[in-house]
Amino acid sequence: MQIVSVTDLEKGFDGLGVLKGISFTLNKGEVLSVIGPSGSGKSTLLRCLTQLETVDKGTIEVCGDTMVSTDDKGEVRYAPKNILHAVRLHFGLVFQNFNLFPHMSVLRNITEAQMHVLKMTKAEAEKSARELLVKMGLEDKEKAYPCHLSGGQQQRVSIARALALNPKVLCFDEPTSALDPELTGEILKVIKTLAKEKMTMIVVTHEMSFARDISDRVIFMDDGLIVEEGKPEELFNHPKNERTKKFLQRYE
Amino acid sequence: MVQLLQQMLVGTVTSLKIFALTLIFSLPLGVLVAKGRMAKNPIVSSLVNAYIMIMRGTPLILQLIFVYFAPYYILGASYDRFTAVIVAYVINYAAYFAEIYRGGIQSIPKGQFEASEVLGFSKIHTFTHVVTPQVIKRIIPAMGNEVITLVKDTALAQTIGVAELFRVAQNASARQFSTMPIFIAGIFYFIMNAIVAKSFDKLEAKLNYYN
Ligand SMILES: Nc1ncnc2c1ncn2[C@@H]1O[C@H](COP(=O)(O)OP(=O)(O)O)[C@@H](O)[C@H]1O
Ligand SMILES: [Mg+2]
Repeated sequence: MQIVSVTDLEKGFDGLGVLKGISFTLNKGEVLSVIGPSGSGKSTLLRCLTQLETVDKGTIEVCGDTMVSTDDKGEVRYAPKNILHAVRLHFGLVFQNFNLFPHMSVLRNITEAQMHVLKMTKAEAEKSARELLVKMGLEDKEKAYPCHLSGGQQQRVSIARALALNPKVLCFDEPTSALDPELTGEILKVIKTLAKEKMTMIVVTHEMSFARDISDRVIFMDDGLIVEEGKPEELFNHPKNERTKKFLQRYE
Repeated sequence: MVQLLQQMLVGTVTSLKIFALTLIFSLPLGVLVAKGRMAKNPIVSSLVNAYIMIMRGTPLILQLIFVYFAPYYILGASYDRFTAVIVAYVINYAAYFAEIYRGGIQSIPKGQFEASEVLGFSKIHTFTHVVTPQVIKRIIPAMGNEVITLVKDTALAQTIGVAELFRVAQNASARQFSTMPIFIAGIFYFIMNAIVAKSFDKLEAKLNYYN
């Protein structure tokens, strides 16, 4: 079942094209990795999906709702506010640099949105947050503040925070890039577990062996376009496009 | 001596009234001014900017005289001196506080707003639960300086004849041909500011549970 469908997505900053016509679909339970050189538009793509940026052109459909569409005349139309809010909650986003709330305890970081957005009671929220913390291996950290955690622990809290809203799709924007190399493993393990549980995910990453390992499908982006797309075995072992080949050579 | 101290205490109460009323009105007004200064509408933001520049660019004593005498010259109506002091101080301090708030808000990393947005927080919730607590922590040192200045600025109210602490001390000095009352007033100001400084230190320590 298709849950995200993106068609001819374009986005520029000050007249400079960053996404130049992106189309792809995502099925329920699928893990899609997005790889590509820095500056190719990977973050911008995630930011358009999560409404942190508005698109210049194209259509995005999520779980049967049209978040944004473009008519024949090129006029971009976003859905009404209530639908945009619902669509926003379909996506979870894990940032490269965590963006935890520093003044809130670990537990509060997770329960804040559950209580304010999902209107859960404090008791319900804390129960579900504690379950997530166990899952992230952080059950003893609920009272800690983000500044007292390692980068890897902070990133796991931010994954728990995103999961707390039960998103349909979890997006990761280079979740290990801000971490010391010895800490990347713990995050990759968590994402792998989520993949096994059939969480639908879009993972922007520079960890090629990881992408090969967990993905159902891989997209290679360069200069605002999807240059190549395929199963990980195909794309990594037998890249068809010259640019893909050149890019992958750097990681050998 | 007892009588002098009594008079000075009455003056101190007036000074404290000026101090408290100025804070009560200018702290929240500063939020509005900061919002106006950061408004997307260029007319609003430049008007508010002009107001801030005037407040910060001219002496408070001059603003005080203007606020008190301008209505008289323009409308022929005069009003209560004490009210004039409060009005002048509130519009002056709101401008300073606004600039401190603005600096604090703009120092909050963009990621905090983005995380809030992606989590579906309302704008108001983001402001009250994410931004404001962090801003408060960041602006405490600057606010402390400003509040200490305000304690000392209350002495300017005598310019338009309000009998606050310093005025009382000066009058007593003149009567007694002695600088002692003024010296005592100095001690009073010092004690008030020691309390202010201590309170801000406490607040700062209280918010030290995170970086
Ligand atoms: N807010 C912005 N304003 C201007 N240019 C931007 C902005 N965000 C991204 N860009 C530009 O868009 C291009 C793609 O950025 P990004 O999506 O972050 O690439 P990637 O995540 O693949 O490294 C870069 O050239 C970047 O400078
Ligand atoms: Mg990026």
